[in-house]
Amino acid sequence: MFSLGDMLSFLPKLLHGAGVTITVSIVSYVLAAVVGLVFGVARMTRFWPARAVATAYIQLIRGTPLLLQLFFIYYVLPYGGVVLSPLVAGVLGLTINYGAYMAEVFRSGIQAIPREQWEAARSLGMSRRLLMRRVVLPQAIRIVIPALGNFFISIFKDSALVSVISMRDLMFTGELLASATFKYFEIFTLVAIIYFVISYPVAKLVDYVERKFDISRGRMELVRT
Amino acid sequence: MIPDTRQDMGVSDLLRFERVSKTFGRLKVLSEVNLAVRKGEVVCIIGPSGAGKSTLLRCVNYLETIDSGTIFFEGKPVYRYYVGDQVVIDSERRVEAIRTQIGMVFQSFNLFPHMTAIGNVIEAPIHVLREPVQRVRERAIALLEKVGLAEKADAFPHQLSGGQQQRVAIARALAMNPRLMLFDEATSALDPELVGEVLRVMRQLATEGMTMLVVTHEMAFARDVADRVVFMADGTVVEEATPEVIFSSPRNPRTQQFLQTILERNGRG
Repeated sequence: MFSLGDMLSFLPKLLHGAGVTITVSIVSYVLAAVVGLVFGVARMTRFWPARAVATAYIQLIRGTPLLLQLFFIYYVLPYGGVVLSPLVAGVLGLTINYGAYMAEVFRSGIQAIPREQWEAARSLGMSRRLLMRRVVLPQAIRIVIPALGNFFISIFKDSALVSVISMRDLMFTGELLASATFKYFEIFTLVAIIYFVISYPVAKLVDYVERKFDISRGRMELVRT
Repeated sequence: MIPDTRQDMGVSDLLRFERVSKTFGRLKVLSEVNLAVRKGEVVCIIGPSGAGKSTLLRCVNYLETIDSGTIFFEGKPVYRYYVGDQVVIDSERRVEAIRTQIGMVFQSFNLFPHMTAIGNVIEAPIHVLREPVQRVRERAIALLEKVGLAEKADAFPHQLSGGQQQRVAIARALAMNPRLMLFDEATSALDPELVGEVLRVMRQLATEGMTMLVVTHEMAFARDVADRVVFMADGTVVEEATPEVIFSSPRNPRTQQFLQTILERNGRG
């Protein structure tokens, strides 16, 4: 029988799991953004080995499921002597996976900067590295911020997949409680509510940021004509 | 009097093109161009669109590469040249060092949109020349004053008119203390009422003795300011003379025809 009391009794454990989910999401997201930036820039360099490595990484990750990537890190790496805890394996998997997608976003952001900006910077004697750091990336990052915001919502939800390698996140905690008590309805409803309550405000925030940056992007376009 | 550049073997030439050619695919955009700009001289390049004027200008700071011939800057061959029969390609570092001495003003201004006016001006002196921030700031303020925009120092490019943006772009180039200034149709993208304020700044620079190579459609500017006017068509220098000669008694029929068309259009406008 459905019981509100039962539901509340599950709450502390689920909230603890939610804490793990949030932590894993934030850490993976930040690391993935760094990885994405590095590989996005690497895709645009003139140094071909860097380009080749970046391209191979991105294609490989985009061409295989996240679930499989997690299995590789958690179950296959130990054969090579690399044993990782579920937490580390989960964060690593999400970072590698999202890093590849973010690299493509950064690349498209860099490509969106008009040739004239590069020329103006070069005509002032800037080196490639300097103009990338001072002229191209600051503009490219502004362009990709809305897209990157949506990645946070995705990574937050996709982090549920790490429960399959027994990381004690919200999803895993829910499954554990449910299989012990058979209160599937109460528990998974509660899990859904928790996911939604967290992701909805984030989605709103992303929408807001997107609108804000769309305007300033419009302004940037205005200057370029 | 402008001395004949051929007489002094190019010693005081700040910039010289020798038989410079360039092709885009099958299109020959520059064909054996010879041209010299002496120190302190203002040279205006005029001609129909597609003549190779902008391309020639962009070769000066290696935004375009050349296929053959040699470009000399301050008497030394630059970018890509032959020593004996050995081709030499300058390192990026040398190319960048040369570019710091050549200011360029673009048709579309190309200010950095994420920086304020003064931010645009101080950017390269601080990060490329590594000059102390305080000194650069003072110079930047003086330059913005000079182009009449001191009060717009903290404005972003999108808050400025085209004419104001272009004047900031000129200040940005001047902040590097260049030995040569290139103007690539600096007023072509401007509304007619904003052209004057930019030309005024360019005139002032000329009177101060700045060496300038100017691609322009402003015939009045070329006539009044240039020491020499170069008429280009189909990738070649067709005629090169003082503005008096070019505008009142051009020798080449193509120059005559071009100026005729321009004058007629202006007469009607």
